[in-house]
Amino acid sequence: MKDAASTNNIPRTAPRQSATFNESVNSEIRRAAATGIYDIRGGGAKRRVPHFDDLLFLGASISRYPLEGYREKCDTTVVLGTRFAKKPITITTPVTIAGMSFGSLSANAKEALGRGATLAGTSTTTGDGGMTEEERGHSEKLVYQVLPSRYGMNPDDLRRADAIEVVVGQGAKPGGGGMLLGQKITERVAEMRTLPVGIDQRSACRHPDWTGPDDLEIKLLELREITDWEKPIYVKIGGARPYYDTTLAVKAGADVVVLDGMQGGTAATQEVFIEHIGQPTLACIRPAVQALQDMGMHRKVQLIVSGGIRTGADVAKALALGADAVSIGTAALVALGDNDPALEEEYQKLGTTAGAYDDWHEGQDPAGITTQDPDLMKRLDPIAGGRRLHNYLSVLTLETQTIARACGHNHVHNLEPEDLCALTVEAAAMAGVPLAGTDWIPGRGGY
Amino acid sequence: MQTFDLAARGLRDLNAKLHAHNSNQTAWEIDNPKGSHAIAVGLDAPLEVVVNGSTGYYCAGMNKQATVVVKGSAGPGVAENMMSGTVIVEGDASQYAGATGRGGLLVIKGNAASRCGISMKGIDIVVHGNIGHMSAFMAQSGNLVVLGDAGAALGDSLYEARLFVRGEVKSLGADCVEKEMRPEHIEILRDLLERAGADARPEDFRRYGSARTLYNFHVDNVSAY
Repeated sequence: MKDAASTNNIPRTAPRQSATFNESVNSEIRRAAATGIYDIRGGGAKRRVPHFDDLLFLGASISRYPLEGYREKCDTTVVLGTRFAKKPITITTPVTIAGMSFGSLSANAKEALGRGATLAGTSTTTGDGGMTEEERGHSEKLVYQVLPSRYGMNPDDLRRADAIEVVVGQGAKPGGGGMLLGQKITERVAEMRTLPVGIDQRSACRHPDWTGPDDLEIKLLELREITDWEKPIYVKIGGARPYYDTTLAVKAGADVVVLDGMQGGTAATQEVFIEHIGQPTLACIRPAVQALQDMGMHRKVQLIVSGGIRTGADVAKALALGADAVSIGTAALVALGDNDPALEEEYQKLGTTAGAYDDWHEGQDPAGITTQDPDLMKRLDPIAGGRRLHNYLSVLTLETQTIARACGHNHVHNLEPEDLCALTVEAAAMAGVPLAGTDWIPGRGGY
Repeated sequence: MQTFDLAARGLRDLNAKLHAHNSNQTAWEIDNPKGSHAIAVGLDAPLEVVVNGSTGYYCAGMNKQATVVVKGSAGPGVAENMMSGTVIVEGDASQYAGATGRGGLLVIKGNAASRCGISMKGIDIVVHGNIGHMSAFMAQSGNLVVLGDAGAALGDSLYEARLFVRGEVKSLGADCVEKEMRPEHIEILRDLLERAGADARPEDFRRYGSARTLYNFHVDNVSAY
């Protein structure tokens, strides 16, 4: 039977999709109903959150004169670990490579990261699977992570590392552990982790031998004693309570605090964890810097910020808000070839599309990066990958310098909040800089 | 024999000297530990170190090759992540004894508190007394021998470590089950008891291990956690 509208030839209202129950939401409901298990994926938060895009640099004016590009020096050197370590690390770009495990990444990918970082004069970082020879051999500066699982942990690797990073949290999943699924557990990965081949390997969410800040202080003492106080010790925290976590990390004796916001990636965790736990990177920086300033430790304990760094503009904005350096993970993988549209046909076969591929835990990565499949791994040439990463890091550095010079600074650390304004009220409040066109910083001055 | 007064000379000096050992000075005696943390950590030589008193956190942490004897009780994390060698605690041990250890032998003549052998990865641990709750949590490899009783949730989420208990087990953790004691297990146990100076018969112990039902995540197992 025809309804009244069609009978009377009255124009119909176009079908309207719900903003609440959109196709993405509905497809997840259908997937959950079919499987009874939550969705697991890699990467960081995909939702739109206030970010560095919501900030702008003011540039030079009558009151600030700029530096000449290509002529006047703008230093990018950063020294990490100056508080206690006998051998601090000096990097020549303020961009480091974040911790990513062998196991989640292929050996070729780890080698490429080491090669690219070394060419760029910066450091790379191990992950939750121990230190591989490829990685150590090709990384001039290598940070060795001490994680809750302690997979592959040993004192020899502690001593041959250039720095140590005690991982308390991760931006993608503050308070969460990890799971490396069985399909990525080859004999080599299993041996490094002292577990059987092919089983799902759980990475614990908290450390096995300390539970609070007082314990952490003693743990750091032990690590320093084992390494004769030579190595800088970083403490990595997720973007949960940045003011208090930074304070506690410094009080525990950290040389460097690594702060990872919710856009920071993971090899695998629950979608609900990635999107709903933790704060955006932009919201974390100023409280962490404030904590350092309140203790008189800003620039004495270095702050490395990660989570959603993509461009030199992001780097410069993080530094202007008070960071000493930044760290990249996802962007480095993209530089190696992750999510490349040239592989679209293969992404389609996996039920996804270039740019959206995030099932890194399944080990079927067509780019050969997040896999242990021998045939897929061969697709990534570590030398070519390292070159691409080096190029990308060079661009980030040049862009950062360009902005710093435009703001009149001869060192990227001279960038400051006063160089910035915000495009949105939210970003202004989080970054503590004025809304563009005003002198209003939300939350300051009583309103 | 080198004698080192820790109260007078300090921790840094002690560990630096132990790290810079030479083959003519392998025997060390440490006086006045007074519960200090991180005593004799990161050793990597066939030293024989005797600590005359009780220690704080992480005594003999990440030990390789050395024999460390604590003539008192040990704080949390004694012999954590030990790679090889022997650590003997003549008194009791606090939490996380032998945590994540990858090799060597840890002997506790008294009792061990909770989470003894947590995430152990190849170490052998012999406890002459009792152990606390959540011991051998996520234990991956190695042997945990308990002459006394075990607290609640023994071997929760266990992987391939072997657990031997002579006394009562308050409860088993997720996926931990009692297993048959076969002749090869008797031999492993006999050797460990002998090396640990324990006066006990292997036949009096029960063996526990992983049921391996949680090795690959499946939605039907969520109620186990």
